[in-house]
Amino acid sequence: MLAYLIRRLFAAAVMLVVIVMVVFSIFFLIPKWAGVDIATSFVGKQADPSSVKAVAEKLGLNDPIYAQVWEFFKGIFVGRTYSAGGDVTNCSAPCFGYSFRSEQAIWPVLTDRFPVTLGLALGAAVLWLIFGLAAGVLSALKRGTLWDRGAMVVALAGVSLPIYFTGLLSLAVFSYGLGWLDAQYVPLEDSFTGWLGGMILPWITLAFLYAAMYARITRATMMEILGEDYIRTARAKGLRESVVIRKHAMRSTMTPILTMLGMDLGALIGGAILTETTFSLPGLGQAVLNAIKNQDLPVILGVTLITSLAVLIANLVVDVLYAVIDPRVRLA
Amino acid sequence: MTAPLHEPTAEAAPSAAEEAAVAGAGSKAVQGRSLGRIAWERLKRDKLALTGGVVVLVLVAIALLAPLITHLVGQDPEAHHEDLIDPLFGTPIGSLGGISGDHLLGVEPVSGRDIFARIVYGARISLLVGFLSAIVAVVIGTILGILAGFFGGWVDSLISRIMDGLLAFPQLLFIIALVSVMPNEMLGLTGTGVRLFVMILVIGFFGWPYIGRVVRGQTLSMREREYVEAARSLGAGRFYILFKELLPNLVAPIIVYTTMMIPTNILTEAALSFLGVGVKPPTASWGQMLSSAIDYYDSDPMYMVIPGVAIFITVLAFNLFGDGVRDALDPKGSR
Repeated sequence: MLAYLIRRLFAAAVMLVVIVMVVFSIFFLIPKWAGVDIATSFVGKQADPSSVKAVAEKLGLNDPIYAQVWEFFKGIFVGRTYSAGGDVTNCSAPCFGYSFRSEQAIWPVLTDRFPVTLGLALGAAVLWLIFGLAAGVLSALKRGTLWDRGAMVVALAGVSLPIYFTGLLSLAVFSYGLGWLDAQYVPLEDSFTGWLGGMILPWITLAFLYAAMYARITRATMMEILGEDYIRTARAKGLRESVVIRKHAMRSTMTPILTMLGMDLGALIGGAILTETTFSLPGLGQAVLNAIKNQDLPVILGVTLITSLAVLIANLVVDVLYAVIDPRVRLA
Repeated sequence: MTAPLHEPTAEAAPSAAEEAAVAGAGSKAVQGRSLGRIAWERLKRDKLALTGGVVVLVLVAIALLAPLITHLVGQDPEAHHEDLIDPLFGTPIGSLGGISGDHLLGVEPVSGRDIFARIVYGARISLLVGFLSAIVAVVIGTILGILAGFFGGWVDSLISRIMDGLLAFPQLLFIIALVSVMPNEMLGLTGTGVRLFVMILVIGFFGWPYIGRVVRGQTLSMREREYVEAARSLGAGRFYILFKELLPNLVAPIIVYTTMMIPTNILTEAALSFLGVGVKPPTASWGQMLSSAIDYYDSDPMYMVIPGVAIFITVLAFNLFGDGVRDALDPKGSR
């Protein structure tokens, strides 16, 4: 078990390094290959060569890429020192550097925005697990009934609706039309009810999409498992149907669901870009979208690292949970 | 989606005909049916899937005939009609976003561009990106998946690691980053052309591991089968076995995953254009229309509803058809 964890963590660390290098390559090699100078894009096309040079110097764009990558990692673990034209700035660990545009430190931006995204993802996940699993299991058990058909039609519509459309619709109807809910985001520490009111629409919108996906997969998996031999055996030895469903069928159904949950939750915690844009939530997704549009490399690197870390941790937790749910799985 | 397709499934059409001929020579009662024909017969009974398929065909026709259709209604997707716009609010004059005999679905706020013409042209973008990126994913995924499954060893470990890595990547983030960092001119393309080209490549590139994993698994389970051994003992080379013996048996899962990938890709393209990194105005795309509609969701709700419904109908049609194809090709299903 311990050896397994160490191996997985090592693989995760390698993955993070690869991701950071890919981000660096995207932002340095592609413009270079296309003949675009990054420093120029920060001062504007009419700028004189000396100010372009000064900007490149200040942002550290002149160093070779491997040196920049190295400095980036060093900053996270031991902090780094910036010196530009006589000014010396100390950035203590964990240092993710400063925004190219606003010159703010990245780390506080990340810690500010992370709770917003985390709240969105976790709240929605609770909703979609409850409704998605319940609908899927019921449909599988009552296959072919009116309930099954109705639920599957709704689920199919759910996976075919883009989230930014359902989000805008719900805003137009419930927030603007009926005036039930305020579309404003209120931080949790300011007012709990205000936060709750602002999060209800994003939660429901996000959960609707995922509940639809989970209901479809749960139904399909459950139906396949109900046809397995060991279910027949369980029934043959006289177990009550409720026990067969709960202890035999549900357990196996949970395995693929858990895999999906790990990936989806990880991806969402790293920034629900579309939901945050639609509802103007000040989360990581919104931050990274703005950063990409502004070519603000340090912010992109910071969010990407958090995102990837979230995905990797979620996957690791899921794999460990497998062993708990499915007795056939041994971690080695 | 999870149904394993273990049996040698899709057979090429000529062999189906031969089979039928052989069966017909013996007795009329028993007729051999290839899986392709069984699947088609099942699909024909599936009303929902057929409806989806018909809608897909109609959409393809609309996309192909876009210039003709807009010419027939006498509208241009990029022509401005500022006389139809209320100068005070910037919203269209008239009810329901300015719907009239001339402008079947109304006009856009501020510019007054005809929404019907833009929806028709938007179908081109959606379907083009949806289909071509799926083809990119299928080609890469099939080749690498079959190589990984067939050769095993270090080839397999390398390809499998890359697939795991790509699946754990924050995909949307990287797609956005890659699309937005591309220059405005390259390889003789400019503006929208570059963006479409890059979107197709990038969406396809992040999609191939989904197909690759399935193809690898199938190849792995098939390469020790008797018919492969038979071919090998007859002196067949590696590439003959790969492409003549294994590939035909992979056609069914590949078709299933391709039909399921197209709607996802259409949604990704719409999302990119919605976020402002995909297709940009004046070129019409559904996602971009939705994103401009954000500012008018209270004053001109029709502007938001129309492209949203267009995306919904398209993706729903592909999903219905895809579900039907999957059920039809499932060897476990009832005949």
